[in-house]
Amino acid sequence: MSQAVDEIKIGGLGASRKRVEDDRFIRGKGNYTDDIVLPGMLHMEILRSPLPHARIRSIDTSRAWQIPGVHLVLTGEMMASRNLAWMPTLSYDTQAVLATDKVRFQGQEVACVIADDPYIAKDACEAIEVDYEPLPPIVNPYQALAEGAPLIRDDKENQPDNVIYDWEVGDAAGTDRAFAQADLVSKLELHYPRSHPSPIECCGSIADFNRATSKLTVYMTTQAPHIIRAAVAMVAELPEHMIRIISPDIGGGFGNKVPVYPGYVCSILASILLERPVKWIEDKSGNLISTGFARDVYLKGEMALRKDGKILAVRMHTDADHGAFFSDAQPSKFKIGLMHSAFAAYDIPVAHLTARGVYTNKAPGGVAYRCSFRVTEAMFFQERMVQAAASDLGMDQAAFRRMNFVRDDDFPHRTPFGFLTDSGQYAKCLDVGLRAIGYDDFRKRQEEARSRGRLLGLGISTMTEPLGAGNSREYDILGIKMFDSAELKVHMTGKAIVRTGARTQGQGHETTWAQIVAHELGIPAEDVVVEEGDTDTAPFGMGTYASRSTPVAGAAVAMVARKIRAKARKLAAHLLEVSEEDVDWELGRFYVRSAPDRGVTIQECAMAAYSNMPDGMEPGLENTAYYDPPNLTWPFAVYIVTVEVDPQTGVWDVLNMVAVDDCGVRINPMIVEGQIMGGLTEAYAMANMQFITFDADGNCVGSNYMDYLLPSAWETPGFELHSEVVTPCPHHPIGAKGIGECAAVGGPAAFVNAVIDALSGTGVRNVDMPLLPDRVWEALTYRRDISGAPPVRAD
Amino acid sequence: MTMVYEDRGDDAAGAVPMRRIKFTINGEKKVAEVEPRLLLSHLIRRGVGLTGTHMGCDTTNCGACTVLVDGQAVKSCTMLAVQVDGRAVETVEGLAAASELHPLQEGFKQEHGLQCGFCTPGMMMAAKALLARNPDPTEEEVRWALSGNLCRCTGYQNIVKSVLWAAAKLRSE
Repeated sequence: MSQAVDEIKIGGLGASRKRVEDDRFIRGKGNYTDDIVLPGMLHMEILRSPLPHARIRSIDTSRAWQIPGVHLVLTGEMMASRNLAWMPTLSYDTQAVLATDKVRFQGQEVACVIADDPYIAKDACEAIEVDYEPLPPIVNPYQALAEGAPLIRDDKENQPDNVIYDWEVGDAAGTDRAFAQADLVSKLELHYPRSHPSPIECCGSIADFNRATSKLTVYMTTQAPHIIRAAVAMVAELPEHMIRIISPDIGGGFGNKVPVYPGYVCSILASILLERPVKWIEDKSGNLISTGFARDVYLKGEMALRKDGKILAVRMHTDADHGAFFSDAQPSKFKIGLMHSAFAAYDIPVAHLTARGVYTNKAPGGVAYRCSFRVTEAMFFQERMVQAAASDLGMDQAAFRRMNFVRDDDFPHRTPFGFLTDSGQYAKCLDVGLRAIGYDDFRKRQEEARSRGRLLGLGISTMTEPLGAGNSREYDILGIKMFDSAELKVHMTGKAIVRTGARTQGQGHETTWAQIVAHELGIPAEDVVVEEGDTDTAPFGMGTYASRSTPVAGAAVAMVARKIRAKARKLAAHLLEVSEEDVDWELGRFYVRSAPDRGVTIQECAMAAYSNMPDGMEPGLENTAYYDPPNLTWPFAVYIVTVEVDPQTGVWDVLNMVAVDDCGVRINPMIVEGQIMGGLTEAYAMANMQFITFDADGNCVGSNYMDYLLPSAWETPGFELHSEVVTPCPHHPIGAKGIGECAAVGGPAAFVNAVIDALSGTGVRNVDMPLLPDRVWEALTYRRDISGAPPVRAD
Repeated sequence: MTMVYEDRGDDAAGAVPMRRIKFTINGEKKVAEVEPRLLLSHLIRRGVGLTGTHMGCDTTNCGACTVLVDGQAVKSCTMLAVQVDGRAVETVEGLAAASELHPLQEGFKQEHGLQCGFCTPGMMMAAKALLARNPDPTEEEVRWALSGNLCRCTGYQNIVKSVLWAAAKLRSE
């Protein structure tokens, strides 16, 4: 006689199961790209441009070739002879692999050397002489748009200026009408600074082309191995079945490891030419100055308000600085990503967004850094505009938000930009947050402190983020639809293996996918092994970014497990000698409805699939599911921060931070909380210190960890997390929503709003991130807004 | 490490200066022929073949490459291999005794102190040096001791808990 199993005991849904991947990482037995050594492997280093904008007069590589141990020196000219000097980007633009005509940003790839040893390759890079003719650099979009600005992309036909796109969404006429009726128009201009996801592990690859088999195997730091396989097939014109992309352990991704980088392409070409494995491991400086940056968007925002506090309409214009090549990784229909998810949580009748993209002499990228395609900018702009509007109205920050939230019974709700949100309890989350921070009490303390010259501030930020792209009708990258997949094989002893098209980079898929199988089949999670990242074995998928793993690949795991259960039911009926209709399921076992004591376990069904299947049944117990989500998932969160600003120095300290995340059903609460704390820390980093900027000569400031500041354990504040609000996703098979990025998306505005709140009474409306002490001090002392836009040369 | 070069009829390859050093790593005695400019992190990773010590930033900021040299936590990306001549190096691979995990390793797993795992070996080695000189640190002392080690995934809160978990376990042993 069998019994139902206890879901938590078997590590199912809701269990804070310890992570299985930890066992190798804590022993130093991870297998990151740089850890892999192949027989005969050579090493590649890249020579980068020191200038942001310059014509290349000549490149002399002769001295580099003379250095013993050098096997190959690649230049743009050699790439061009193989039609590889340029490659397509994920946004229908082109990007130089190795520069031929001009260099267009500081750090651009100019040549590379392949040698026996990375030290030799570096020596040889230093021996390459490049003769540059400097051109005037452009460091911000307004400089790029000015009349007579130098043309950056003179390589392109039909590119008369530095504008990449003009794009709009929403209802322009309706928005104009609503603004005409407004009692008050609140305006805010700001800049979300350029940032870099900066995982601790840099990018790298080992290309291994085998002439005998014609097979190319590439081990590489990629969050989306199948997309890379397709890209390599197109760029290198190799047959797709002869390309195997293996993404080993990844030392953090955060969007940085989605695009295709020149270093990958060069290592592949070098391996084909030399017929030996070629390893390229980027250094930190190369990573920070050349690979996918994020943000760098300017906002002009306006909100039409009724004097009782109702938002009538929103108008936004954004100018995005894309750098020298438009290489954002994002759905092809949306030029500025999902910027139009702004204000999705607020009940706003009408809105209009115009977006312009501009080339500058800066690194390309525009990747979704811990966010779902520009959603971070959208939510930051939204919450900064909401704060400014409430201040302009003289209304309480919390009351203004509550009044304008979409209400619980208004779902499904069509946002003014056309998204359909489906679930949430926004006011309840806000109430939990306000109670936790002690809102009313803090406002009193703030008043008292102010009378003694101390500046306290409280900032609220809310966010709902469209996570889990697809559906495939609206979401594609380069035409490839954004679904995902899972394959489940149950062995005869009831143990199993799951493979998905996603790729974990610390999110813990190896632990949580097994929990979903445990939930669906009652097989203990410890009996399920998870594998990802090898395109020869994993089913096709779009990869892990934009918090899409749980919403899409995780859903596919549930769906494939249900296919397995459906077959297991037939096996159970056969074993129990009853008809399938008479069999019921409880976790881990099927039983006869009229005689519940008569049952068989899922493990017994698995054994039967290989040893005792009914006549006519296909043997085995395995299947694959491709999951095309009906909609995005819409988690909601409220983040509240209290700070104290030192008026003498502009330094601000976090007093408390409360996070209320409603991400639906939590598969592994421990892992979810880990994701939230990581996101909050990146939010704090962006608000406080982390940014990349440029001087007027186009030099990148933030090209190493001495300039590009990341918070350590010492600076990072503590966080108080709340999980009591749970609104399951109505369409996800287990009710889960995305969570990996929410805190990084919604968090920054909470910190900034808190500091601006502390400055209330000074007339300061905005200080651009990061809120460095000198910026805050200057705002406070001179009572003026502070722009963080890169400076432009006066001449 | 042996290097084999293409013979181009010159003596340049032979001119690479090499130094012989002796050191121990995780208790094992080693002799190595190294270029004077070889970084300790490369000696460990490519010479000895212990890849648990990671390279993050190359500028002594991130701490992913932290190892112990004569018990002191050092960032091996900015120490030369020749500097460990006659000294004892400990890496993450030396933490566990056979199958038994070190309390720090257990603590990191118990308290979810890691996500992608890349910074983890350096964090644990820095923490080991801390606990050797201060077996009962406060949260603040742990945060200060780890302030030379960056993590992009966890937000540190669980890393601090992991170290405190290990400290408690070590004290009870």
